[in-house]
Formats: sequence, C-alpha cells, structure tokens
Amino acid sequence: MALDKISKIQGTALYVPGNDIDTDRIIPARFMKCVTFDGLGAYLFHDVRFEEDGTKKAHPLNDPKFAKASILISNANFGCGSSREHAPQALSKYRFRAVIAESFAEIFFGNSTTLGMPCVSVSHDDILKLTSVVESQPDTEVTIDLVAGTVTAGNVSVPCSIKPGARDALVNGLWDPIAQLLDGAEQTKAVAAKLPYLAF
Amino acid sequence: MGKNLFQKVWEAHTVRTLAGGQSQIFIGLHLLHEVTSPQAFGMLKDLGLKVARPDRTFATVDHIVPTDTRLRPFKDSLAEGMIVALEQACTEHGIRFFDVKSGHQGIVHVIGPELGLTQPGMTIACGDSHTSTHGAFGAIAFGIGTTQVRDVLATQTMTLAPLKVRRIEVSGRLRPGVYAKDVILHVIRTLGVNGGTGYAYEYAGDAVSALSMEERMTLCNMSIEGGARVGYVNPDEKTFEYLKGRELAPKGEAWERAVAYWRSVASDSDASYDDVVRFDAASIAPTVTWGINPGQAISIEEKVPRVEDGPTAAEQASIKEALDYMQLEAGAPIAGVPVNVAFIGSCTNGRLSDFREVARHIKGRKVAAGVRALAVPGSMDVARAAEAEGLDQVFRDAGWEWRQPGCSMCLAMNPDRLIGRELCASSSNRNFKGRQGSPTGRTILMSPVMVAAAAVSGKIADARVVFKA
Repeated sequence: MALDKISKIQGTALYVPGNDIDTDRIIPARFMKCVTFDGLGAYLFHDVRFEEDGTKKAHPLNDPKFAKASILISNANFGCGSSREHAPQALSKYRFRAVIAESFAEIFFGNSTTLGMPCVSVSHDDILKLTSVVESQPDTEVTIDLVAGTVTAGNVSVPCSIKPGARDALVNGLWDPIAQLLDGAEQTKAVAAKLPYLAF
Repeated sequence: MGKNLFQKVWEAHTVRTLAGGQSQIFIGLHLLHEVTSPQAFGMLKDLGLKVARPDRTFATVDHIVPTDTRLRPFKDSLAEGMIVALEQACTEHGIRFFDVKSGHQGIVHVIGPELGLTQPGMTIACGDSHTSTHGAFGAIAFGIGTTQVRDVLATQTMTLAPLKVRRIEVSGRLRPGVYAKDVILHVIRTLGVNGGTGYAYEYAGDAVSALSMEERMTLCNMSIEGGARVGYVNPDEKTFEYLKGRELAPKGEAWERAVAYWRSVASDSDASYDDVVRFDAASIAPTVTWGINPGQAISIEEKVPRVEDGPTAAEQASIKEALDYMQLEAGAPIAGVPVNVAFIGSCTNGRLSDFREVARHIKGRKVAAGVRALAVPGSMDVARAAEAEGLDQVFRDAGWEWRQPGCSMCLAMNPDRLIGRELCASSSNRNFKGRQGSPTGRTILMSPVMVAAAAVSGKIADARVVFKA
C-alpha cells in the first residue's frame, strides 16, 4: 500500500498555550479503555475542555472561531509523559494533521510521525509571531512546508525544523515503516543469530 | 577509546540503517499489557501478518485490573473487553501470558525483572513509557507506541534514531532517610522534565553502585519523567546475584556464558559520553513535588515557589498554572499541606523492599483520621513474599488497605481513584493534572517512607522527623 507523500500541510490553526502539555492532558487515561482508536477524538483535551458536569470551559477547541482548525500550535515539550499512542491518535481523529510547537517529547514525536502527522519545531519568538496572526485572523491559512523548512501564516513566514529522518520518511511516503522493516527480514535473522542471549 | 553500554548494545542490535538515517533495531524482549497492545493485534490482522517471535514476547495485565476483587468478568465491561482481547491474541499467537491464573500477574515492569526475563545487554520494548525501569539491569529499555508494538510483533524490530548518552554521576553517600526516589526527583528537578530529550541516561557513581537492584529500578523508572526515553545502570555483581535462580533466567552451563556476556556489555572505563553531570549524594534531601509535573519538586525543607521566582515569563506562567491547580500557597512551606489519600505502589515503588522499608516505620503508628491509605503490591510475587513476612498485617494494623496487585491509583484506569479535589501523597511517578482519576485531583510525589509519614501525620511531613526514635 503506497503511503501519501507528506511534504506540505495546509489549513487553519489554533493555539493551545503552555509548556509541558502532557499526554494525560491530551487524552485522560480513563478514556483509554478501548480496543480500537476510533472515537478517541471526542475526548481530546477532555478535562480542560469540559467541566465535570459536561458544560464547556473556555478552551480554543470550544471556540467556534477555530472550528475548522487542522493545525495545532503549542509551546515547549509538547506531548511529554506516557507512550500512549492514544494521544496523537486523539489529535488525528479529532481533525489535526500537524502540530507546531517549540519542542516535543520524544515518544510522542515518534508516534505522531508513524501516523503521518508531522511535528515541527519553531522558536519561542516565532511561535508568538504565528499565534498573533492566527488569533487575530483565525481564517488565515497556515502552510507547513517540510522541504523548505518554513511555516507561513499570511504575511508571516518563519523557519521550522524536524528531525531529518522523520522529514525524509514523511516526504518520501515512508512514514509507516512496516514495509521497510519486513524487507529487512534476512538481515534481522543474521543479527539475531549473533546475539548470545537468544541461546541462553 | 572504549565504548559505553548504550553504544555496545546498540551496535549488537542494529539490523541496518534505513533511508533517512533511522536505524532498524532488533528487540530482544517485547512485553505487552492490555492498554496499548490489543489494538496492535488488530493492525497485524489487517495486514495479514503473524507474530515473528512469540518466544521473545510476554504479556500480563496491570493497568485496568481492580485491586479489591479480581473475580471475572470484571464489573467494568470495558476493562473486561480489553483483557479478553489480550487473552485471545495471546492464545492465537502462542504468547506466554502472565495472567492472574499464572500466579505471576503484576505490573509489567515489576514482573519482567522478578521472573528473570529482564537481563543485561538486551533491548527491551513495551508499549509503556516506564519501560526504562528495566535499564536497572543494564538493558536498553524504552517505551513505544501502539503502531511500534505492531512493528515489533510483526518483525521483532522497529525504527529508532540513535540516542546521545549522558552520564549522571552521583558521588558519595546518601544521607539516612534519603532514597532512590529522592535521587531521581532531584535529578529531574535539576535537569528539567525535557532535559533528557534525545539522551539515554547512564546512572553511575558510588551512590548508584550502593543502591539495591530494586532501588536502581526506581531510579531508571523515572528517566522518562526527565525526558530521557532510556535510563540504565551498568550491570555488576548485584545484578547477577539478583538474577541467579529466577524462573526464566539462564541456568546451569548457560549461566556462566550469560554472566560473561553481561560483564562484556558494561561501559568501558575509558568510554566517552556526550555529556556528564555530577551530583553530590550528600546534598540530596527527601524530595517532594509541589506542581503538575515531576520537575516541579523541592526538598521537604523548602518552600513552595512564588510566581516571581520563575526566571522567564514562560516559567512564571507554568508556576502560576501549577499553584492554581494545586491550590498551594506560594512561599509557604510544603510541609504541613493536608493530605486526603496516601498511595504506596506502582512500577516506581511497588516492590518488596518498598513495603519492608515502610513496614519498619509504621509499626504501631496509625493512619491519621480522615486519610484513606492504600498499599498496592506491584505483583502477585511481591504480594506473596510480603504476606509471608507478615507485612500485610503490619499495614492493616496501621490502618492501611492492603490491596491486590496492579497499577491502581498511579493512573486510575481501574476503580482506585481520587475524588474531587482530593490531595494524594503518592509513591508513583506522575503528578500531571487529573492523573489519579479525578479531573481536579492533586498529586504530590515522594518516596514510600515519605508517603507513610504523610499518612500518619495527615499532612506532608519530613519522615526523618515523624519517625524519629
């Protein structure tokens, strides 16, 4: 199955401010009682979006101005904590196709890449430039160009970075590695044959 | 120039370099649990693939199991469905399943070592970020997402970018009343919750060598809370001693070969590192969190920070958010903050030595009025060993609930959870907003003995004072 080559993501964006937004915040553990990822989008950021009685809190995801946003912008160390793929799955099922932040936690970054959802890093000051455009003009189309290494929002264009391995995997349509891993079956056997502990 | 353990294990397990610089890495041991793995079997089915190495794959149930009654079916039909899905997958693919019937069920990071599955020089993956725990044995162990669980099931390999290695050297001796939990909270507090991103942490120095295997597990367990996906301690005589005679550890003639391999993977004395950070063991005090991530920590003798203590606007915003959520008074001592719940357990601090150490202190000391105190062994083996020593009775006599094994209130996917804004003194690993099951519940992380001090005092307290004489 050929995968999409992801080199450009376009869409409107919303800003969820804060450093160290953890995976429990993105998807609280009690919503992980499921054997499929379908339906997780409804619980994205649940506890910061809803009161316990279900009424909506003030949160960018509840703001009609951003009802169509498909790019999420945040600050440093986004996605820290658990390895739960439920976090990027919830973002992806909700509607998000990319995340722009100052930095990402490592496991979250890897999980997102494997789903074909790029996570690009932008400096603190440039995040502020982007969010000032997005918040004042929510309809502004934001473009992430992985090849050029830029994020553009209206008249603002800022540099972005992504680990070269992840960028190449996305751009070349190899972000789901299963086909490549299966291709390496012979070499895998050779490596296993040399590992002493498999014969203990 | 010699090599460090990470470099040696990485090289031995590298299958090939893929386009773009990622490596295809062989996984020596794959551990499964019911929350992150059942979906992967579905993916495997969709692709028409089989499990490549069922002999290197082991499963248990921990996150969603109730700790009061474990009669099946569980009252929670969603939890029951998850267990059934994992049971069926294990049967279909021939994977050994350490369920309750096996007598060895428990938290995946507790049972791997105690069964002797976890060994030096291995790569170990599991759909759980606290897989770093197994690094205590000199393994390269890390958490993975569900799609990667699929990759490992299908090929026994996965893609990974190489990590840099930071040696964290803790010299000298820990003061009495200071535990491995305090060391790791101190390290995270100092280096930050994202300080370890891109790194494996090698813990070393005489204070680390002096730790027991169970304490080393506590240390490595929370590496991920400092952003480091991998944390390890070089294997030594203590490591071999711990493994000897374990059910699935090498035996007979294989034992000698195993020890020789295990010795060979330890970092060379002239190994190079990308970074070295040094700590003085004697400067570490009992440490507790005050905020909403594990880096927001202070010693029990310190005061809760004020917003203006933050050096940048972003850090000031983080402090404000944490103070608002935790409802703590800025500038006030952390000691004295009232607690509602005390929890001892989890993959961080749910092992036999944790319960022994606490039992030693709580004999004859009752839990304060109004405090709900839970002791949850990390595994059936831990529970059996503790009960054989009468520790369960010590806890019960002191007013604690002695529960059955599981992750329990660390992340509250089972019925054990905080209610409303309750504040919990907890031996677990995360104090994120809502972590312990109530969207407004509050968590203060600390060592098990400090949890016990909070339980008997009804407030956050210095265990060295509470249990003096």
